[in-house]
Amino acid sequence: MEMARTVTCYESDLNLKATELRLGLPGTDEPGKQPSAGIKSNKRAFNTVALQPDSEKGDQHSCSATKAQVVGWPPVQSYRKNVFQPKKVEAETAGIYVKVSMDGAPYLRKIDIKVYKSYPDLLSALEDMFKCTIGVYSEREGYDGSEYAPTYEDKDGDWMLVGDVPWEMFISSCKRLRIMKGSEAKGLGCL
Amino acid sequence: MSGDDRCSGMSEDDGGSSSSYLTNRNGAGDSCSTFPDLVLENVLENVLCFLTSRRDRNAASLVCKSWYRAEALTRSEVFIGNCYAVSPRRVTHRFRGVSSVVIKGKPRFADFSLLPPDWGAHFTPWVTTMAESYRALEKLYLKRMCITDDDLTMLAFSFPCFKELVLVCCEGFGTSGLAVVARECRQLRVLDLIESEVSDDEVDWVSFFPENETCLESLIFDCVDFRINFEALVQLVARSPSLKKLRLNQYVSLGQLHNLMIRAPQLTHLGTGSFRLLENVAHSVQEPNYVSAFAACKSLVCLSGFRDIFAEYLPAIYPVCANLTSLNFSYANINAEQLKSVICHCPKLQIFWVLDSICDEGLQAVAATCKDLRELRVFPINAREDIEGPVSEVGLQAISDGCRKLQSILYFCQRMTNAAVIAMSKNCPDLVVFRLCIMGRHQPDHITGEAMDEGFGAIVKNCKKLTRLAVSGLLTDQAFSYIGQYGKLVRTLSVAFAGDSDLGLKYVLEGCPRLQKLEIRDSPFGDSALPSGLHHYFNMRFLWMSSCRVTRRGCQEIAQQLPRLVVEVFNWNEQEGRDMGDYIDTLYMYRSLEGPRADAPKFVHIL
Repeated sequence: MEMARTVTCYESDLNLKATELRLGLPGTDEPGKQPSAGIKSNKRAFNTVALQPDSEKGDQHSCSATKAQVVGWPPVQSYRKNVFQPKKVEAETAGIYVKVSMDGAPYLRKIDIKVYKSYPDLLSALEDMFKCTIGVYSEREGYDGSEYAPTYEDKDGDWMLVGDVPWEMFISSCKRLRIMKGSEAKGLGCL
Repeated sequence: MSGDDRCSGMSEDDGGSSSSYLTNRNGAGDSCSTFPDLVLENVLENVLCFLTSRRDRNAASLVCKSWYRAEALTRSEVFIGNCYAVSPRRVTHRFRGVSSVVIKGKPRFADFSLLPPDWGAHFTPWVTTMAESYRALEKLYLKRMCITDDDLTMLAFSFPCFKELVLVCCEGFGTSGLAVVARECRQLRVLDLIESEVSDDEVDWVSFFPENETCLESLIFDCVDFRINFEALVQLVARSPSLKKLRLNQYVSLGQLHNLMIRAPQLTHLGTGSFRLLENVAHSVQEPNYVSAFAACKSLVCLSGFRDIFAEYLPAIYPVCANLTSLNFSYANINAEQLKSVICHCPKLQIFWVLDSICDEGLQAVAATCKDLRELRVFPINAREDIEGPVSEVGLQAISDGCRKLQSILYFCQRMTNAAVIAMSKNCPDLVVFRLCIMGRHQPDHITGEAMDEGFGAIVKNCKKLTRLAVSGLLTDQAFSYIGQYGKLVRTLSVAFAGDSDLGLKYVLEGCPRLQKLEIRDSPFGDSALPSGLHHYFNMRFLWMSSCRVTRRGCQEIAQQLPRLVVEVFNWNEQEGRDMGDYIDTLYMYRSLEGPRADAPKFVHIL
């Protein structure tokens, strides 16, 4: 029996959840999904095209909406893919070290932000390093309610709240990090 | 350009030939022959020399024992489509006087990281056996094989008449191995490294070629990802008067290219290195006359390279455009305008590889000028799914309108329509290869929202010569029904993220009698479809299914029913120690005379 394949069926699965910025260990809020594998990793993000044994017949489109990278797709050999990102490749091997300060801490630390793949990744590392809680980012409230809020100085010298811009943009513009006390950070929250 | 067309060898394992092994196992050295028999065999041998096509030879070998023997003695080119289908010893036993060998190893999806490393396809057992039996070996063509430096060394020392080495998509060796080949193979005419991974052992292999005049006709090393000794290369070119094909890597600059070109005006195939000057060359320095260097190469018909292109230098190639039959811009990030300035001078172009940076507009220009185009490949400059693409159905339509002689197309895009694909099926009846990659998974016709079934259906219906097909976009079982119904000549089929149910696979297995290579990934085909191919699997080179819905049990049943089939299954996650339930990650099955291979790594289970 044919299932009707229409554009609306495809579009209704915008899957906003997949693009929501959230803190917390990867995969904990998405039952059945594994953390999306890094693009360069040899291991596949097996569930990103989740042909789950128990999925309903009409359900096959929902998995296509997750645009996480799938190994070997599109089918372009790696030597072709790498040709036009040579600068990126160089940058990746170089590492981007930024100073991290925390209000009240006696000395600064330095971390290589290139090592992290996403905001949750970075923030949990910071929490670990400074033994603090940074909490969950939300577009409206920033890190409101948390003890600390992460901020960064960007290329223009402005102090920005960590989490507002796409990760790649953050990596390329972040000059240093400062973990502010929550009370002070209130002013940085988006309205 | 891809090297695929170069092997005019003969098959070990095209349809029917394996049965010639089964019936005539003890070919040579039978009971004593009478005089008439000897005369017959003599005559046969002399006649069979003229048979070059491997299919014809396979057919001849099946006639009777003496034909089998005669054919075996006179076959000089052997083609092994799957290195695990037959053992080296069996080959050297049957064919004694071989001068040219083609061996293919890993399945094609290995190119896209779908095969774990260390899977296999080792050249060592082959070179070891051939070193004993094929002292007169002259040509070797290897594709997707793992070759070590030791293998290359053995090759260099074992075959005194060795002339041609072509390595396509191979890996495992480095400059040390190349150096030995360069030094020892004094009659070397061809050294082609194509899309292979060569490691830098810091041995200056180019300096190892003989110091006097060489026989070199072809030197291709554009895939070598590190500097070579340029001075040595210049001298090598200078003492290689027969050199016709030269493809440089990106570490050779435009200025250096000039140096080479003026020493080799007889070139017919040239792959430039990086198409720009070195950073530290001041522009006030007298720039060499690139235009006259190109103009001096009156025989140039094939151009490629153009890495890291500085488009301002493109006009240098104008003098050769009129005679160009093959142009590879697939590493050149140029826009429509820049392309147009070149392509308008190339009316004789038959093969054109390019990046989608030229946009639909660039393709329209190609369609307007290149009326003789046979092969087109459009690669994505940005191989991602979730972006706006520069080429679309507009470009495809234009090509189909302008290039009526098209035989082969590979087209990456983000958007497509059934209408454009149908148009191509009608405008280009000579199509033999149709590979369309709509990069977004499950993408429908972006105007009608329908599945791409009708488009691909039209291709198999209207293109009566079609032997290779790659499908993409949103496809239902209907598309596969069309393929099974009309794709009677299809030999290679690539499927990804397509189909609804097991029916899709059934249609293909039941409907396509010429199917040889079936590679499927991430499609909902399961166990119940597998038996549909039982009558046919032994005629195929292989079946690959990854991330589909086949279970171990389903594969086991096939393995039991067809003992001559090697059924390999492996799970990626098994390496990580996780249990993925009943479905296996990858099924790779192929016919073989040897049974389960001894060199399978731990993660491969042979059922």
